[in-house]
Amino acid sequence: MNFSEVFKLSGLLCKFSPDGKYLASCVQYRLVVRDVHTLQILHLYTCLDQIQHIEWSADSLFILCAMYKRGQVQVWSLEQPEWHCRIDEGSAGLVASCWSPDGRHILNTTEFHLRITVWSLCTKSVSYIKYPKACQQGVSFTRDGRYMALAERRDCQDHVSVFVCSDWQLLRHFDTETQDLAGIEWAPNGCVLAVWDTCLEYKVLLYSLDGRLLSAYCAYEWSLGVKSVAWSPSSQFLAIGSYDGKVVYKEAEKTPRLAPGRLAFPPPRAAAGVASPAETKYEIASVPVSLQTLKPVADRANPKIGIGALAFSPDSYFLATRSDSVPNAVWIWDIQKLRLFVVLEQLSPVRSFQWDPQQPRLAICTGGGKVYLWSPAGCVSVQVPGEGDFQVLSLCWHLNGDSLALLSKDHFCLCFLETEDRVGTAFGRPGDHT
Amino acid sequence: MGEWMTVTDPDLSSDSKNICQYTSETKMSPSSLYSQQVLCSSIPLSKNVHSFFSAFCTEENIEQSVSYLDQELTTFGFPSLYEESKGKDTKRELNIVAVLNCMNELLVLQRKNLLAQENVETQNLKLGSDMDHLQNCYAKLKEQLETSRREMIGLQERDRQLQCKNRNLHQLLKNEKDEVQKLQNIIASRATQYNHDMKRKEREYNKLKERLHQLVMNKKDKKIAMEVLNYVGRADGKRGSWRTGKTEARNEDEMYKILLNDYEYRQKQILMENAELKKVLQQMKKEMISLLSPQKQKPRERADDSTGTVISDAEEDAGELSRESMWDLSCETVREQLTNSIRKQWRILKSHVEKLDNQVSKVHLEGFNDEDVISRQDHEQETEKLELEIQQCKEMIKTQQQLLQQQLATACDDDTTSLLRDCYLLEEKERLKEEWSLFREQKKNFEKERRSFTEAAIRLGLERKAFEEERASWLKQQFLNMTTFDHQNSENVKLFSAFSGSSDRDSLTMHSRPRQKKPQNMSNGSPVCTSKLTKSLPASPSTSDFCQTRSCASEHSSVNVLNITPEETKPNQVGRECANQKWSMASRPESQEGCYSGCSLTYTNSHVEKDDLP
Repeated sequence: MNFSEVFKLSGLLCKFSPDGKYLASCVQYRLVVRDVHTLQILHLYTCLDQIQHIEWSADSLFILCAMYKRGQVQVWSLEQPEWHCRIDEGSAGLVASCWSPDGRHILNTTEFHLRITVWSLCTKSVSYIKYPKACQQGVSFTRDGRYMALAERRDCQDHVSVFVCSDWQLLRHFDTETQDLAGIEWAPNGCVLAVWDTCLEYKVLLYSLDGRLLSAYCAYEWSLGVKSVAWSPSSQFLAIGSYDGKVVYKEAEKTPRLAPGRLAFPPPRAAAGVASPAETKYEIASVPVSLQTLKPVADRANPKIGIGALAFSPDSYFLATRSDSVPNAVWIWDIQKLRLFVVLEQLSPVRSFQWDPQQPRLAICTGGGKVYLWSPAGCVSVQVPGEGDFQVLSLCWHLNGDSLALLSKDHFCLCFLETEDRVGTAFGRPGDHT
Repeated sequence: MGEWMTVTDPDLSSDSKNICQYTSETKMSPSSLYSQQVLCSSIPLSKNVHSFFSAFCTEENIEQSVSYLDQELTTFGFPSLYEESKGKDTKRELNIVAVLNCMNELLVLQRKNLLAQENVETQNLKLGSDMDHLQNCYAKLKEQLETSRREMIGLQERDRQLQCKNRNLHQLLKNEKDEVQKLQNIIASRATQYNHDMKRKEREYNKLKERLHQLVMNKKDKKIAMEVLNYVGRADGKRGSWRTGKTEARNEDEMYKILLNDYEYRQKQILMENAELKKVLQQMKKEMISLLSPQKQKPRERADDSTGTVISDAEEDAGELSRESMWDLSCETVREQLTNSIRKQWRILKSHVEKLDNQVSKVHLEGFNDEDVISRQDHEQETEKLELEIQQCKEMIKTQQQLLQQQLATACDDDTTSLLRDCYLLEEKERLKEEWSLFREQKKNFEKERRSFTEAAIRLGLERKAFEEERASWLKQQFLNMTTFDHQNSENVKLFSAFSGSSDRDSLTMHSRPRQKKPQNMSNGSPVCTSKLTKSLPASPSTSDFCQTRSCASEHSSVNVLNITPEETKPNQVGRECANQKWSMASRPESQEGCYSGCSLTYTNSHVEKDDLP
């Protein structure tokens, strides 16, 4: 495992291009594009103000830099450095900006969610979508980039509109049976849309692409409901993390009303690894492990309970979860056997974790000077080298899983893992380890 | 004198009376009464005896005192002191004898009285202490009674209080329930009101939003703009199309296409899954049949071979029927048939295994040890291997069959379209030649494989025989050493004996099956294939037919070899091979770990510590 030198960064804005060739990072108002392998600066763009959001277009040809404070978006081209584009939302303000999947349209959400403006880079045309709903996850594109689902609120009733991304034509418009819709997400196959209700009500609805209600799921009533949702890569299963600390693993379409597999958290059955401060290594603990649990503050909004994060491994073999009431631990579940595989307890609260896109390998960061890697074969903790404290706040994997960008408050560095064959032998396949 | 008695007595008499009272209270018996009387009379006598003698009788009043005594004594029932008068006037003489007698009697009486008094006194004392004790007891009991009464009153009071409290609590509960109900109602009403308000607010909010929208958007805001150097082309290179009804319809179509594709894909998957499951079921059934039928016919076969074949033929028919109908019939019927048959077979298998277990427990064969177990596994592996080989052979036969069919098809064409055929004849001939050469080559390979297979089978048979002998000797030895019988050992036997029995049977099936041409197992696929061949090919006098029969014959011959050999096979050597395999398997993780540690070595460059997880 090798580390690159440390580069400057601001606002945790560092992203690999979708084709895996470039790495874009922001320093104040400058956008730096580097080659992933040599890390040499290829382009350097200067924006009008401090950049608050960047996004690569799907074809890796353009980068969008949003300056929400100014209400402006600047777009840069990689092929033609002199090409530029500036979009000003004026007095309407700007709160969110994103690419459409074709990489030729930009969707800007104005302040107060008045409307979504669709700017085209190909023609002068501008389209408006009114009544977008201000919610946790209101826009979702299908994996193939063909359709966009948008949560709307009209006449005190939640609606979902499905647009065709190629010409922004409304394909379907239907109201959902939710009190206060909180999020929508397409299944990876792009045929099923999961819609979940606000945290006050446990409700998950599955809609077909043509707007038919396929199934509704409600685990219980009168308690805080869904906190996080994740589709399995096969589109067959949906994992629902709720405020009661349970993950429901539900078969999405085949037998929607069957009793789903429930993964109960409170008694940790498997062994946990504990990172001790002095030597920073994982220790295997014997089976009854007591985990450090936070007592939630009951009288405040957004209590620290429930399953805050869910992630399937790319081969759908594992599911990693984090319970907000036990912030130091990551649970990894064996999905085929529907049982707990391992619990990783860290020294400090887990900031984020992400699966390697190529193999079942999980990278975890806790805001300390180390990065943790787990695979079925074992786990490692690696000190990020360099003078000073490098506090890893966030991380993201490269497309092919051989490097990892580690982001701290104002620096970032790349971590190069072993080449494929060596990694393969070191980490083995999940089938070997049951 | 009477006066004096009354003077001297009172204190004593009162005393005695007291005592009398005491005693009478304690004990009322006639004897005691009597003793009282005696006591009453005797006490004054004893106490005042001296004064009596000093005062009672003097020189002057002897006469009077004698008469008085006489009188007194006679009243007490003593004989008179005077002699009986003979005449009326004669003065009565004092009878000395009588006096002495009287005195003696009085003395005796006195002594008796004293004794009685003593007794009575001690009794009195005793009774007094008894009395005291009883009084104490009485007092204590009274006290106890008092305290318990008080306690009872206390408890009653408490009970009353508790009941009171309970009543209060009930009341409270009721109140609380009412309160809860009320609150729930309030909550419900509030919720509805809240929802209502929310809706109102949201409407207002929407209105405001609308207004804001108009204000912000309708104003000629010059700022809302996009500056682009030049417009870029679309990612797909196409130009944007106008929005028309056509595009809408196209979009719809596309959407449904996507959905349909998804459903089709899913259906295909499900179908595949179904087919897989069906296959598994079918195979399971076949294996069960093959496992069970020879065991049934085994005893009969020993007695009479012909009956065995008859039975097997019948079963074969049944098996073939189900096999053929399997894929043609509709799903439900097949399912029912299949599940029923499998259930039946399973029951038979279960009962058989149970029976075997019972037998084994009865026999107490303790001669088996680990070696035997390994041999069983090895045997299975060997059979698996053989099955695999047979499968390969089968595939080869299939290809041959295909080739033959192609040939045949051309032959058929001969008859009908003879004219057309002529022009293609040369080409066909060439192709046929090629096919022939290919076929021959394959056949050669096949023969070679078959030969190796039979050789292996022979080797296996020899080894098995050797092992049987070894086992027999070992059994004998064990039997002789029966006295040193270990319980644990017997358990081992129990565990594995059933399998060992079945393994024997397996071997039996192996040699019995080909003889009867019974398509029951994957391993005996070759006869099935041949039968299929005959079926698929119409009876036509051609070279292909000849070839087919030849292949059949060759198969039969090989099968015959097979028949002979496995009877004494014992997979000993194979077992060793498999052990080797196992060893390599076991060693693999190590090697992996080696790699791993190597990796970790490389990791240490950047301060890495790692640990394996279980």
